[in-house]
Amino acid sequence: MTTTPDPAFAGRTYPAGPVHTVSAAKIREFARATGAASPLHTDAEAAREAGHADVVAPPTFLVSLAQEAEAQYIEDPAAGIDFSRVVHGEEGFTLARPVIAGDRLVPTLTVESVRIAGGHAMVSTRVDLADEDGAEVASVKSMLVVRGD
Amino acid sequence: MTTTVPVDLTTLAVGDELSRTTRTLSRDTLVRYAGASGDFNPIHYNDTVATDAGLPGVIAHGMLTMGVAITGLLEAVGDPTLVTAYSTRFTGMVPVPATGEVTLEFVATVGAIDEAARTARVDLTAELDGTKVLGRARATLALPAVSDAAAGADEAAAQGTEAVA
Repeated sequence: MTTTPDPAFAGRTYPAGPVHTVSAAKIREFARATGAASPLHTDAEAAREAGHADVVAPPTFLVSLAQEAEAQYIEDPAAGIDFSRVVHGEEGFTLARPVIAGDRLVPTLTVESVRIAGGHAMVSTRVDLADEDGAEVASVKSMLVVRGD
Repeated sequence: MTTTVPVDLTTLAVGDELSRTTRTLSRDTLVRYAGASGDFNPIHYNDTVATDAGLPGVIAHGMLTMGVAITGLLEAVGDPTLVTAYSTRFTGMVPVPATGEVTLEFVATVGAIDEAARTARVDLTAELDGTKVLGRARATLALPAVSDAAAGADEAAAQGTEAVA
């Protein structure tokens, strides 16, 4: 079965949430898995000495939270995305401030574009992450290529 | 891990090489990253699934390569919170054999300096056996405020209007 991403999803913004509490254990695990050696990622005391409330996330840490939000779109059968044909094309992070363990972040997913070109489709999403007061914390952009036949 | 003196960010110039590092990836690394990130796509640990999907075999998560690619820069600047943006294209696969490891080489070079914003654009390369696996990989680095007029005055030709998006 071949499906094609539905261009009508472009521009759609999903309801915000659910709130996600950033875990110190996941930050440590992510830092170790990527070889990010700074003690700010793993040692709460070192992080506090540097002026942070707790351990600090590495620059790409928010990918997991972003992908959870993106799943609302990617896994929607109506979106027409055959995940077995998906290749990761681009990823980008913008951090308005460091992400710290204990942060309570509210994600909002937007489908920025759905482009069909040369038998392939390129879907671009953006997940904006804010704190519970609505202040911007970070933005994660992702582009997936859905291969055609 | 060696302790190094952080790069002096007050005197950065376009073209400065900030770090040049090699990192190895093995199946162990991939499994650790799968657990840490929650990305359990079997093409990153199961050869049969990977070859059935038309791949040469198990490949590294693009996001693992992206995450590892910036660690040399993070160590060079000392404080990982100085990186305020980071983006890349995924242009090449990193096949990882069932046993043994593959070696990636990463270089971070100052691509532009925005004196008004006090940021530097750092261009990153990631190569596997001389072939680039990331494209247009760029990080934005926050630079210290200029407290004395002499510092950074020779950066009049500041560029760096290109956004890292």
